[in-house]
Amino acid sequence: MKRRDFVGLTGLATGALFLPSFPSVGGILVDPARLLEPGLDVAQKKRLADVGLNAAKSAGASYADVRIGRYLNQSIFTREKQVQGIASTESFGCGIRVIANGTWGFASTNNVTDAGIAKAAQLAVQIAKANSKVQKEKVQLAPQRGYGEVSWKAPIQTNAFEVPIKDKVDLLLGVNAKALDLGVSFVNSILSQVNEQKYFASTDGSYIDQDIHRIYPSFGVTAIDRASGKFRSRQALSSPVGMGYEYLTPKAADKVAGPAGSDIIGYKNSYDMLEDVAAAAKQVKQKLTAKSVVPGKYDLVLDPHHLGLTIHESVGHPLELDRVLGYEANYAGTSFATLEWKAKGIPYGSKQVNIVADKVTPGTLGAVGYDDEGVKTKRWDLIKEGRLVDYEKIRDQAHMVGQKESDGCCYSQSWQDVQFQRMPNVSLQPGKDRLSVDELVSKVDKGIYIAGNGSFSIDQQRYNFQFGGQVFYAIEKGKITEMLEDVAYQANTQEFWNSCAATCDERDFRFFGAFNDGKGQPSQSSAVSHGSATTRFNGVNVINTARKIG
Amino acid sequence: MAILSKDEAQTILKKVLSFSTADECEATLNGNTGGNVRSARNTISTAGASENVALAVQARFGKRSGTATCNEFDEASLRRCVQRAEEIARLAPESPEYVPLLGPQTYLASPGSFAQRTAAITPDYRAEQIGASMALCEQKKLSSAGFFNDSAGFVAKRNSKGLEAYQQVSSVDFSITVRTADGTGSGYAIANYTDLAKFDAARLTRVAADKAASSVGAKAIEPGKYTVILEPAAAIDLLNNMMGAMDARNADEGRSFLSKKGGGNKKGEKVFDERVTIYSDPTNPDVPDLTFANDGRPQQKVTWVEKGIVKNLYTSRFWAQKSGVPDIPPPGGWIMQGGTQSTAELIKGTAKGILVTRLYYIRAVDPQTLLYTGLTRDGTFYIENGVIKFPVKNFRFNESPVIMLNNLEALGKPVRLNGSLVPPLKIRDFTFTSLSDAV
Repeated sequence: MKRRDFVGLTGLATGALFLPSFPSVGGILVDPARLLEPGLDVAQKKRLADVGLNAAKSAGASYADVRIGRYLNQSIFTREKQVQGIASTESFGCGIRVIANGTWGFASTNNVTDAGIAKAAQLAVQIAKANSKVQKEKVQLAPQRGYGEVSWKAPIQTNAFEVPIKDKVDLLLGVNAKALDLGVSFVNSILSQVNEQKYFASTDGSYIDQDIHRIYPSFGVTAIDRASGKFRSRQALSSPVGMGYEYLTPKAADKVAGPAGSDIIGYKNSYDMLEDVAAAAKQVKQKLTAKSVVPGKYDLVLDPHHLGLTIHESVGHPLELDRVLGYEANYAGTSFATLEWKAKGIPYGSKQVNIVADKVTPGTLGAVGYDDEGVKTKRWDLIKEGRLVDYEKIRDQAHMVGQKESDGCCYSQSWQDVQFQRMPNVSLQPGKDRLSVDELVSKVDKGIYIAGNGSFSIDQQRYNFQFGGQVFYAIEKGKITEMLEDVAYQANTQEFWNSCAATCDERDFRFFGAFNDGKGQPSQSSAVSHGSATTRFNGVNVINTARKIG
Repeated sequence: MAILSKDEAQTILKKVLSFSTADECEATLNGNTGGNVRSARNTISTAGASENVALAVQARFGKRSGTATCNEFDEASLRRCVQRAEEIARLAPESPEYVPLLGPQTYLASPGSFAQRTAAITPDYRAEQIGASMALCEQKKLSSAGFFNDSAGFVAKRNSKGLEAYQQVSSVDFSITVRTADGTGSGYAIANYTDLAKFDAARLTRVAADKAASSVGAKAIEPGKYTVILEPAAAIDLLNNMMGAMDARNADEGRSFLSKKGGGNKKGEKVFDERVTIYSDPTNPDVPDLTFANDGRPQQKVTWVEKGIVKNLYTSRFWAQKSGVPDIPPPGGWIMQGGTQSTAELIKGTAKGILVTRLYYIRAVDPQTLLYTGLTRDGTFYIENGVIKFPVKNFRFNESPVIMLNNLEALGKPVRLNGSLVPPLKIRDFTFTSLSDAV
């Protein structure tokens, strides 16, 4: 039985009372002050990494990389007037990946000593050799020059771990108090912070020290009508970001109004949690009595907080080269966008659709200096004027599409897990012509404006998807008229992106984030951002999700 | 080191408690060792091994609680861990939902929850198994992607009120997706065992390979309401989601499918077809499980649904005391009573219907009605007059397990999956809302 199985269902009942017995991703619970202590210095890490590289080579590895990682997490959970839990965790250890007999092997240890690291290196080589007996395709790595000793730090202003816990608790309880004052039945709020202190060394001659930060404030409010037994909820319109605590200091310049009559405010590089919860409290009560949607074809106007997840599922995932090639067939699935499909030149979307991948935009979840196999990160085109031009790939995949370099998309969630291909930031470029949200809506005759992401589901080859949202408004003859409920839309990826009619300009462009994107076996989590401006899609099939269960 | 004996574990835990100055203290040791190997395109992709033992100490001063963990077991490290838990407890706000730690408990025995054979798996064994599976597919010119994962370990617990618990657990998981070379057919099989002795990679590979070959040339049929036979691998996720929503507090608070109009919950009410009976039993030899919960409460045989009537909801200790209801922890796995028919026999008794191998990307659409959406995958077939006529293209569904378990036509013989016993289910009027081109 795996640890997560033991926590499993039992966590639902006990987690609300005290801290869970074990944190996720193998971190150990520590005094918050410990998160401010420095880890090993770079010279020590280099010496230990060389122990691992040398041990792997001596055991017969033709390539090896060593990742020494210190992963810090802090999460604060509250409901109504109380703190449910504060978990500060630290996870420190070393993962060693090798190629022996043309086959990958991996082992990890939390015994970060010469002996511990050497033993893990030898075990990784032993596993590679055992598997090489049934291996059919030898690993081919794209060439990668060594960078020598380099470093990269996320450009944050305030390290969230340095902010006193009391301040964070006060913020969350303040959010809850505001929601309760405004009449919601229940409110939960949470603040999650991550700091990855990662050291990477490889037999290519790279020694890379990186410091990465992420933060995610969120809440959910619920309104209940006891008489009818009906309940509705509205989640925060915040995004997880690759920033420090400065994200929680609201700035007027970062606020973007939704269309007139919608009561929606979007957020760019800072978030006003109190303002958003006040809007949520008002909207969640409106949701209880909002008109149930009439199913049919509608023109959809999707705000960036909603559209980000649609981009993630229908563009980000199908263009992951491991899925395209079949490496995820047993779990996450494959992709309709095969190499043969790309060669035919079938339009992925309309001419409006320009989609870019990147691992470099400051403040995003994907931004790092180098990926987890020592490749410097970059920005590249995926879809240009509706045509698929490239995929997302790592070193052992580049040769399979006739390319000579990785895109820098390799990531592991911790030192304990093997790194593999993950999604970079994938963003829809804003329209080149000046177009505001109100101007966009004014041209829609019969449509629905959707803000925030809700239920989401897509098939294993990324053709058929269904998305809900947080708040829905009817658009009639160019104007927002009333709130709707029970809305979900179903579409086919290519039909959907080919129905893309217009996207607002860069004034409306902002990033949505996915904090826990799952892939791989054993499953690993990664974080990624998706930028877009409010965009119109014509003639999309909308269903009504209301049911009766007696 | 990863699998400590009862004496070794309790010796460490006694020492930990002796270092505590808190009003109450509870210590938990959790250890496991295991490994995995993954394949795709009939070759190995990644593989790994891990071993870890962790100690969690929860210290309490009045209504304040703090937890710390460590994975070093010398005396100084243990002392530091206890001190750290106590420091965190002193800093923590008082919990209005405090309940004292449990005293001594009596636990059922479930010796079948651990198998030494599973604990002894080596990298060579994993490579041989996945290698044999890949070779079988290669012979048939099919492409396989598989995952073998094994884990063996223990959980031990002790607290200052006299509670003492220890149990060993193990599991082997294998799943495989087999696709035709041209990508027009796909099949799937999955299994999970406590004891490696029951594991048969070749049998599972053949099931997936047969489904892949027979799903080529799928026809499109109109979405709508159909009689379906959900194989256990297709039924389990919707049922798991439903079992995960049987929390008393959410129901009492008015935000659950078991909330009652006007207040209260639906315990005692008939919510499902009368043939629906679901219980949990950690001593069942087919799905042996831990006999204690995360917080030390005993796991016993509990009936959740009997003849369609909701008999019990699980609850936290705080909520049980506050609302005066039985104090029942959520189960690990569950057992749904079924019939004696196999899936093949259910097909024979079906005039018109659709056989579903697996459901994918299941997400909640409306928690009020427990409506979920998702898609069929890896083997969907049209049944007519008791036989499989042809493969059909995959569908998106929008359906609630509550509605599904009211539209029950028949239940087959339960099989073990992910620690639960799940029957194949024959359901009428299952709602497919659109077609998918995915194979």
